[in-house]
Amino acid sequence: MSGTLLDVDDLRVDFPTRTGLIQAVRGVSFSLGRERLGIVGESGSGKSQTGRAIMGLTPPQARVSAKKLALDGIDLLAMPARQRRALRGKRIAMILQDPKYSLDPVMSIGRQIVETLRTHEKVSKAEARERALAMLEAVQIRDPARVFDLHPHEVSGGMGQRAMIAMMLIAGPELMIADEPTSALDVTVQLDVLGILDRLVSERGMGLIFISHDLRLVASFCDRVIVMYAGKVVEQLKASELRDAQHPYTRGLLNCMPRIGYERHPLPVLDRKPEWAA
Amino acid sequence: MTPAISIDGLEVAFDRFRALKGVSLEVKSGESFGLVGESGSGKSTLLKAIAGLVPAKSGSITVNGKTLGARRDKAFYREVQMVFQDPYGSLHPRQTVDRLLQEPLAIHGFADGEQRIQRALDEVGLGNGFRFRYAHQLSGGQRQRVAIARALILEPSILLLDEPTSALDASVQAEVLNLLEEVRRRRKLTFLMVSHDLAIITHMCERLMVMQNGEAVENLTASQLIGHRVEKDYTRNLLRASEGFVRTA
Repeated sequence: MSGTLLDVDDLRVDFPTRTGLIQAVRGVSFSLGRERLGIVGESGSGKSQTGRAIMGLTPPQARVSAKKLALDGIDLLAMPARQRRALRGKRIAMILQDPKYSLDPVMSIGRQIVETLRTHEKVSKAEARERALAMLEAVQIRDPARVFDLHPHEVSGGMGQRAMIAMMLIAGPELMIADEPTSALDVTVQLDVLGILDRLVSERGMGLIFISHDLRLVASFCDRVIVMYAGKVVEQLKASELRDAQHPYTRGLLNCMPRIGYERHPLPVLDRKPEWAA
Repeated sequence: MTPAISIDGLEVAFDRFRALKGVSLEVKSGESFGLVGESGSGKSTLLKAIAGLVPAKSGSITVNGKTLGARRDKAFYREVQMVFQDPYGSLHPRQTVDRLLQEPLAIHGFADGEQRIQRALDEVGLGNGFRFRYAHQLSGGQRQRVAIARALILEPSILLLDEPTSALDASVQAEVLNLLEEVRRRRKLTFLMVSHDLAIITHMCERLMVMQNGEAVENLTASQLIGHRVEKDYTRNLLRASEGFVRTA
């Protein structure tokens, strides 16, 4: 690992509501090199809001604060919105869960990729098309020229997700945030897409934040795992050491999933302790 | 003993698309049977065809010895109830839990609604406190419990379960699966359960059928699947995929 790419210290995301302040993220700290980091937690744990805050996509009514939130030494929070926008897509990219909702339905896949590229780099239309086609090929789409002209509704979920990966990688970001990138896909397609993501991330030496509710999937894919509960990090560990997890929440999460070949009736359930959220 | 569900050569078509291409299946009474497959394999369509939610083009469906026609009568729904995947979409947003549970009772003319609602809520672990809440005031797991209570309130003998936990967090999934096992044991129910997750199917079911593109790939017992004693490559691929990501380098 060559140095720190992203530095997060005491990140907080608060949502003021009519019934009081909702603290979605409560003091999350970690640093990321050129590695694969998994953030795991259940719904409402703040894992997605953590990713969105790094990306700068927190809804306007929310308040983001941190002692430090820096990409490659540049303070992200002090930066004017304009500059932050230029960074988004160029140096930090994000893959979302469902290609059905996160691709533009009225624009062909090729045009969307070209648009991303031409927003961030000065390239001719012809060159942009060439690079988009090459990128589609890199995500293992068999007939890039055909897919280039298709609209999102004309492709399968797995193909749409590959197109989204292509779009996110075309400007050559250093940090990729993937928020449940494969949850909407079938298991076998899921592995294909993860394989592509894995290869591209390691070839390009990018940092990856992989956000998921699936602890086992994350452990098999990432180098390091952060486990979140109620807006806080309850445990940080190497993916290979997941079996030796200390925190009862992590252990409970691992235990409560049915596994092929391990008969347990009834399944152990999580006994949530209030002190976990303290 | 007559099988709970017996299906022979069932075809379902949506315009020119053949969603089920002649599927046959037999579920014994009191058994828990799983249907596994990827999206588009026809597993949910099979459940819907049994429930009468999609019309069958040909083939026959027999439930508890009675061959079904194109329409389902009231007696059928007292025997067969269904729990759907999405707990957010399957409960009426403007009805209280009480009102939701009263509807099947009113349709079937039950007089002792009061006790039945209380018993059903107790059975799914919700209690009377939830009776006058709306769906949006409940968590996903609580909603799925209400959906299960609604299915159980008519005391059916067969439950059709369409991915009942795939929209839930892992810990909540465990609770709902435990609840389903418990009510099955207590009421000696027959389950026909659809899931894309092999681990859930092997946990819940004794036998299963793997489906692909509207056809049956193979029939297995849970222990055959656990022991990797499978015949078809498709099933083997599914098994491998369910073990998580393996880096090829």
